[in-house]
Amino acid sequence: MESGEKTEILVEDLSIGYGSNVLMEHLNFEVKSGEIFCIMGGSGCGKSTLLKHIIGLYLPLRGDILIEGESIVTADESRKRAIMRRFGVTYQGGALFGSMTVAENVALPLQEYTDLSRDEIAKRVEEKLKLVDLSGFGDYMPSELSGGMRKRAGLARAMALDPRLLFFDEPSAGLDPITSADLDRLILRMRERFGSTIVVVTHELDSVFTIADRVIMMDKKARTIVASGDPVELRDHCPNRLVRAFLTRDGLKREMRDVDVREVE
Amino acid sequence: MAEPASAGTWMQSFLAALAGPVIFIGRVASIVPLMRQRKQLRLRETAYYLDLCGAKSLPIVLAICFLMGLVMAVNGEIQLSKVGQEIFVVDLVGFAVLKEFGPLMVALIATGRAGSAFAAEIGTMKVDEEISALATMGIRPEAYLVLPKLLAMLLALPVLTVFGDAAGILGGMVIGVTSMDIPIAAYWSRTVESLDYMTFLLGAAKSFAFAVVITLAGCYYGFVTRADAQGVGRAATSAVVASIFLVVIVDVIITILYSFIGY
Ligand SMILES: Nc1ncnc2c1ncn2[C@@H]1O[C@H](COP(=O)(O)OP(=O)(O)OP(=O)(O)O)[C@@H](O)[C@H]1O
Ligand SMILES: [Mg+2]
Repeated sequence: MESGEKTEILVEDLSIGYGSNVLMEHLNFEVKSGEIFCIMGGSGCGKSTLLKHIIGLYLPLRGDILIEGESIVTADESRKRAIMRRFGVTYQGGALFGSMTVAENVALPLQEYTDLSRDEIAKRVEEKLKLVDLSGFGDYMPSELSGGMRKRAGLARAMALDPRLLFFDEPSAGLDPITSADLDRLILRMRERFGSTIVVVTHELDSVFTIADRVIMMDKKARTIVASGDPVELRDHCPNRLVRAFLTRDGLKREMRDVDVREVE
Repeated sequence: MAEPASAGTWMQSFLAALAGPVIFIGRVASIVPLMRQRKQLRLRETAYYLDLCGAKSLPIVLAICFLMGLVMAVNGEIQLSKVGQEIFVVDLVGFAVLKEFGPLMVALIATGRAGSAFAAEIGTMKVDEEISALATMGIRPEAYLVLPKLLAMLLALPVLTVFGDAAGILGGMVIGVTSMDIPIAAYWSRTVESLDYMTFLLGAAKSFAFAVVITLAGCYYGFVTRADAQGVGRAATSAVVASIFLVVIVDVIITILYSFIGY
């Protein structure tokens, strides 16, 4: 599916970090409507942190983030809530609420943001669980699910409000290759069915080449984006040898091992 | 070695350390008006915590307060027998239990049971990114997680205190009847005679303040939990230590205030 021309997310000269610990600086990129956009980078370089900035949970050290033209950085409490309502977010570990059943988890955003009746909510919940192949698991507690099921339940909850923007933090981390391929298919299905714009943080090369229209690669030592573009294009033609290596399984093993991307070029 | 901090930098780091709790209290205070909306009260959660901090704590409260009454009576008897005024053990135990030890023991038990549980629960949610998930769903984590706990504690502690008071007086009575040969009826009538409602009410009133302090400390340390392996355990420990300290400080302040009105 080709991506539309409309800019959904615009990140301008963004610096992120915790207090005096600056993780990334001068980040500039945009995510277009209907596109699947992957954020890659080594462990601990700040991918989850970047995601949490984009969805408005943290305030950046500097720079701006525009969601459909509106800044989520300077928005007041109620505007922020209105922007966040358009988001569906799945977290690295699922982040299901342990004291509620799967169905109650999925129902929560509907109770919070809508005035739907109990029956309508139950119907919606069943629909979303079916979407992620978890029909019949509504009454399970999150602790009774496997890791992959938990992530899919998290996705059902993220989908509850039919969000236009979906964010995934490492959807395939800790899953076997087959389950993780299932999740990739699910992500593609989301875009096909709902035309959602999707931002995915991931390490998995298989995932990247299956789903991504565009990727950015961040580097911990360079503290910024070292490459961006179409993943196949980058793998074959990126001037940065280590970026090419990162994107080929064997090349990665041969060359990466904590070498700084900048030093090689 | 670090240079000795000047008064200025000491003051600065003190204020910086204070900023977190103050901001947190501000956020909680800003959601208190939400208590008027039934939806925000989350009665199911409140009932759960009422059970956790109330019903489930009752046996230990009864046991500890009973034993405190016992111990106080034994020590009172030792001292008062020197002046041949053993009957005043009744006054001593009744007054001390109602005004001080009932509310205080209940608060300390609640710190161990509820305060640490609050910190661990919220801390685990923080580490699992459930707090982030709440925020993206447009739910204020403070409202969602603190209000039901606060409400439950405000209801549970005063009730527990009443039970604790009764158990403490019973403890004193056991010593009075067995070791001091005071008839039960005499012990009881002396108790009723020597105490007034005000002593009871002022004591029980303290438990509202203790409930607020314990809940806020527990929740605060939960919210600032760091996402590492020891984070949650450390949060629970810090919550308990801070709660005990704050409960005692609040007790001192209230005792001073009460002294102004003659109690
Ligand atoms: N709440 C926080 N407070 C302070 N530092 C933090 C916090 N969260 C993360 N960090 C630090 O920021 C850095 C980046 O963390 P982040 O979780 O964004 O990395 P990541 O790229 O998502 O890594 P991974 O691939 O392991 O998920 C880490 O060094 C981490 O220690
Ligand atoms: Mg991460």
